[in-house]
Formats: sequence, structure tokens, C-alpha cells
Amino acid sequence: MTDILIFILLAIVIIAFSILAVTSKHVIRSAVYLLFVLLGTAGLYLMLNYHFLFAVQVAVYAGGIMVLFIMAIFLTHQPGENVRKKTNWKIVSSSLLSISGIALCGYIIVKNINRITSFVREDEIDMQNIGMAMMGTEKYQYLLPFEVISVLLLACIVGAIMIARKDKDEEKHDHIKTRIEELEEKSENNKENKI
Amino acid sequence: MIELLVNSVSIPMVAFLIVSLIMFFAGVFGFLTRKNLIMILISVELILNAVDINFAVFNRYLFPEQMEGLFFALFGIAIAACETAVAIAIIINIYRRFGNVEVDNVNKLKG
Repeated sequence: MTDILIFILLAIVIIAFSILAVTSKHVIRSAVYLLFVLLGTAGLYLMLNYHFLFAVQVAVYAGGIMVLFIMAIFLTHQPGENVRKKTNWKIVSSSLLSISGIALCGYIIVKNINRITSFVREDEIDMQNIGMAMMGTEKYQYLLPFEVISVLLLACIVGAIMIARKDKDEEKHDHIKTRIEELEEKSENNKENKI
Repeated sequence: MIELLVNSVSIPMVAFLIVSLIMFFAGVFGFLTRKNLIMILISVELILNAVDINFAVFNRYLFPEQMEGLFFALFGIAIAACETAVAIAIIINIYRRFGNVEVDNVNKLKG
């Protein structure tokens, strides 16, 4: 019974905040709503007894990605700036598309869900089993994808730094510009003093 | 098999699927309607998250003895993190070049 109550609470939180996240006017607010959605998803993993997935979701998504988002919003938005929306007919057409998509997929899911039997093991998976599966090279073990992911992460770090870095010329220009501005201000001040 | 039947969780599988379905289409709606690049990225995160829930749910309800869905969800989270980092680097670069991050204004390449 408590399971069902907690699930209903989590479902309401996830649905409400995911709709709010895509309709909110302020970018920073929708980032915070996204954080709530991600934490609710972590709660769902906990209900499914995937404790390791719960920990990863909280650490990577709610910890790492949200910090990235919030820093990016701080770097690219003036405070109090609202987001412009697309034209009305575009909102209407895309909401129609989403609702019809929900209707279609929901119909398919509800119609076909009874064909599959649902047996569930209550206990959680041992951390040891997860570690063995992640580090093994046999069938149903995932050392190779794990290593590929690590290379991908490295490439992504290098790529992100390369893209976000300022050009050296640009930096020089900026430096010279600020220096010139400083000199101009100084000379203006000197003139005013002399007068 | 009888043990497994007795142990079945009271929440039906369809409830999880409906939650992730609504999250997915909220993401699609945001992707189509918003003009801000960061908002588009947030919508993509919603979509990826819904897919991860589906992996975990199908694994738990259909094949509880195996861990394929769990690992797909794990690797999906890692790839989502990569994608977000690179996308945010690109967005910051766009902000530096164009002064804002609306998709309408981004209409020039460096050449």
C-alpha cells in the first residue's frame, strides 16, 4: 500500500514538473524543474530496487549535469530575461502532435501490456554482481562498452575544452581593447583634472 | 515460478510506462516549441531520461534475472552526460559569437 502511495506521489511530481519544465518562461526555473524530474526518476529506480542506478542518477544527473546547466544559464543569460516563445500556431501544432503521440503510444501500451507476464524479483541486485558484470569479458559482461565509454568521456572532455576555449587572437584583441579603454579613461580623467 | 508470482510487486508495469511516456512527449513538445538552445537541451534531457526509465522497467519486469536494461540505462546516462557537456560548450561559444542563444539568430557559419 505504501508502495502505491509513494509511486503515485512520484508520478505526480514527475509529470507535473516535466510539463512545467518545458512551459516555464524563465530558463533557470525550468532547469530547477528538470532537477525535480531527475530526482523523481531516481525515486522510481529506488522503487524498482535498482539501488546502483539510483546512486548513479543522483550523482551524475542531479549532481553533475544540473551544475553544468545552471552554470551555462548564468553565463548566457541576463538576469530577469524572459524566453521568447514561438508563434501560436506552432505551439498549437506541436501540442497536438505530442497529445496524439501520447494517445497512440498509450493505446499501444495498454492494449499489449497484458500479453506479457510480469514477474518481479523483490530483492535488489548485489553490488558484487554488478561489478563482475561490468568488469568481465564473457557473455553478458560489459568490459568493452565500459572502456569505450571511458574513451568517449575523454574525447568529450577534450572536445568541450577545445570548443569553449577562446581563440588566442581573440584573447589578445580583448586584452588590447581593455588596455586601450583604460588608457582613454585615464587620459580623459587627466584632461578633466587639468581643466 | 510460483515463488516469483507471490513476490510480484503491486505496482503494475503499465504505470511506469505511462509516466515515462508523458515525460517523453513533454520533452518532444519542448523541443518543438522553445527557441532557446538551453531549453532545447533540457527537453532532450527529458527524452533521454524517459528512455532510461523504460530500459530499467522492462529489465525489472520482464527479465529480472539479467542486467541488460540496467547496463543500458547506465551507459545511456554516461552518454547523456557527454552530450550535455559538449552541447553546453557549443552554446557558450555561440553566445560569445552572437550575443545570445536564440536559434533564430544563429544563421551564419564561420565559412
